[in-house]
Amino acid sequence: MTDLLLPVKNFITALKFITRGGKSYYAWLVFLLLLILWGVGAYIRQLDEGMILTNMRDQVSWGFYISNFTFLVGVAAAAVLLVIPAYLYNFKPIKEIVLLGEMLAITAIIMCLLFVIADLGRPERGWHILPIVGMMNFPASLLAWDVIVLNGYLAINCIAVFYVLYRLSIGREYKMSIIWPIVIISIPWAISIHTVTAFLYNGLSARPFWNASILAPRFIASALCSGPSIMIIIFQIVRKVSKIEISDTALFKIAELIAYAMGLNLFLFGAEVFKEFYSGSIHLAPMQYLYFGLHGHSNLVVWMWMAFIFNLTAFFLFLRPQTRENYFTLNLACILVIMGVYIEKGMGLIVPGFVPDVLGEIYEYGPSGIEKSVAIGVWALGALFFTLLLKFALPIYTGELRFKTPDPGDKK
Amino acid sequence: MDQKKNRDIHSRHIHRRTFLKGAALGLASMALPFGTADASVWEAFFQKHYREMSADDKRDVILRMEKEYAKAYDTKFNIKTTKPTPGVNFGYGLDVSRCIGCRRCVYACVNENNQSRDPQMHWITVLEFKKGERWVNVFEEAKKHYNPETVPEEGHFYLPVQCQQCENPPCVKVCPTQATWKEPDGIVVVDYNWCIGCRYCMAACPYGARRFNWAKPRVSKEELNPETHYLGNRPRYKGVVEKCTFCIQRTRENPGRYPACVEICPVGARKFGNLLDPKSEIRYCIENKRVFRLKEDLNTLPQFYYFFAS
Repeated sequence: MTDLLLPVKNFITALKFITRGGKSYYAWLVFLLLLILWGVGAYIRQLDEGMILTNMRDQVSWGFYISNFTFLVGVAAAAVLLVIPAYLYNFKPIKEIVLLGEMLAITAIIMCLLFVIADLGRPERGWHILPIVGMMNFPASLLAWDVIVLNGYLAINCIAVFYVLYRLSIGREYKMSIIWPIVIISIPWAISIHTVTAFLYNGLSARPFWNASILAPRFIASALCSGPSIMIIIFQIVRKVSKIEISDTALFKIAELIAYAMGLNLFLFGAEVFKEFYSGSIHLAPMQYLYFGLHGHSNLVVWMWMAFIFNLTAFFLFLRPQTRENYFTLNLACILVIMGVYIEKGMGLIVPGFVPDVLGEIYEYGPSGIEKSVAIGVWALGALFFTLLLKFALPIYTGELRFKTPDPGDKK
Repeated sequence: MDQKKNRDIHSRHIHRRTFLKGAALGLASMALPFGTADASVWEAFFQKHYREMSADDKRDVILRMEKEYAKAYDTKFNIKTTKPTPGVNFGYGLDVSRCIGCRRCVYACVNENNQSRDPQMHWITVLEFKKGERWVNVFEEAKKHYNPETVPEEGHFYLPVQCQQCENPPCVKVCPTQATWKEPDGIVVVDYNWCIGCRYCMAACPYGARRFNWAKPRVSKEELNPETHYLGNRPRYKGVVEKCTFCIQRTRENPGRYPACVEICPVGARKFGNLLDPKSEIRYCIENKRVFRLKEDLNTLPQFYYFFAS
């Protein structure tokens, strides 16, 4: 009887840990819940009246949702920047926090899927994309590939995180023989989610701005900047509010890696700019729209220059040991990179695919109130999910939360 | 004590399960059309892909749909499922030198194909170019929303664009659910009941031929064309993609009828026929005129030819 009750008891113990917290913790939860409700409200209106409530139209048929999706795929893929030094090079300081990176990846993928669902005209038919029950167009459609790699990556990270947590929660070390194959798969898989997402745009010959081979490499370079920058900030918050210890060395090492990734990103950007402006073919139009405006349309110009300046500044801040090992300049650089890449890999990537459109029309797009509200809802949901996940995982990590096992004699 | 605890947990368990069930139902009802609780909603939800349907399946689906449409539009609909004729591959010709930019084709198409009137949707886009400007592959100088007193405007010429029914259609390749495909007679069609509305096809189309139902399509009863084809002009739904089908409901008839745009054109700029028939008018045009196709560098191989008669 007690054996049967154990899972329930353990569940209640975990629930206690998740629901216990200070005033600021509850305030944070309530704040997020309100934002989620706000987003859900907006989404219900969109379902009811249709996507006419967004500012997307036939000319610019993808917008803010797909921009956010693209950025978040990068964040998810970036967990690999922790996995490589942690497991392949056995770099101890990072090995201790790799779990957090994987948890961020899980959160980011869930947000990605939500953004794609928000973008569907008929979300209730989503099952049509599945194999067997639906009619998945595999291997022709890159969207089918994306469904596979994103869900696969989600599964891999869920298995990795929850296996380690489970072992720790019953007071045992995880077995390397189980973790190792997961790690070996997860590294190329992380690269694949971003490559496939880049190919999704890259394969469209109708859209010259996307139809450039540099797209996938640039995706990966910029992803290895934004994701780890988010992690550096989260790690500092985590070590402040919990008992978990995260060494400075780990943070500074990540910062150094971001510098290299950003260097590569800026180089690839330069290569793209050179090719477009020097050859000056008609395919220059989207680039011109982004950085100088086209026929008087210049909604994105300010943003794109901001993104460029942010990325360049952050690159130097990350590159110099003095500035990356000073928390003020380190955090400044992280925020600059997050904003810079969010603009560049978000709206700055999706919108110029459609401006000018294939028949030369220019429709200036900016997200509507509904689109912004739904996006806020998804971000809040991601934040809530990650908070609860941390609240559950951190006590296990520090040893405060231990589950009872059926056989007491088996416990260490 | 122990028993009481057990009971508590048990009741909580049931509670949670009922809650989950309620939540699932709530979610499902949110996604489904409001106010229709009968079985047909579920039949529609689980409706198979058109190409997976047996003859019996098709009959059932058509019956249900005709009922749904009759209810929604207060009109009796006839939904055909006419198959392609063997030995037929449709091709289209457009004489650029004749077109006067009157847009009669645009509106004839709307009347024939039940496009939404509010918001207004057109399948044909007529581009206006200034003579002497770049045009063949650079549409940046084109004017889509030209609006003079009379056409043709002095010093201008016109280029109507619609679905090019490519032999190598990029839209079909990218569709994640195979909701759009190319029929043996060359027509690229959409199963409006299978499309999930991801709009990947719209990003892939180099001709801007695809349209999305951003809102619920509205057509008044008087304006409806009740003679329809499943893959063609039957009324569409909110949140799905649609496009020109060479008036599949007309052209697949026996004897076939011209697409509405060909029929209406006052200057005879539009030609249509069977590419496999050596005696067809379209074959004559291709073999004897100076023809070109849009964006040939993309290798989409349109079955839509532009030519100059004079």
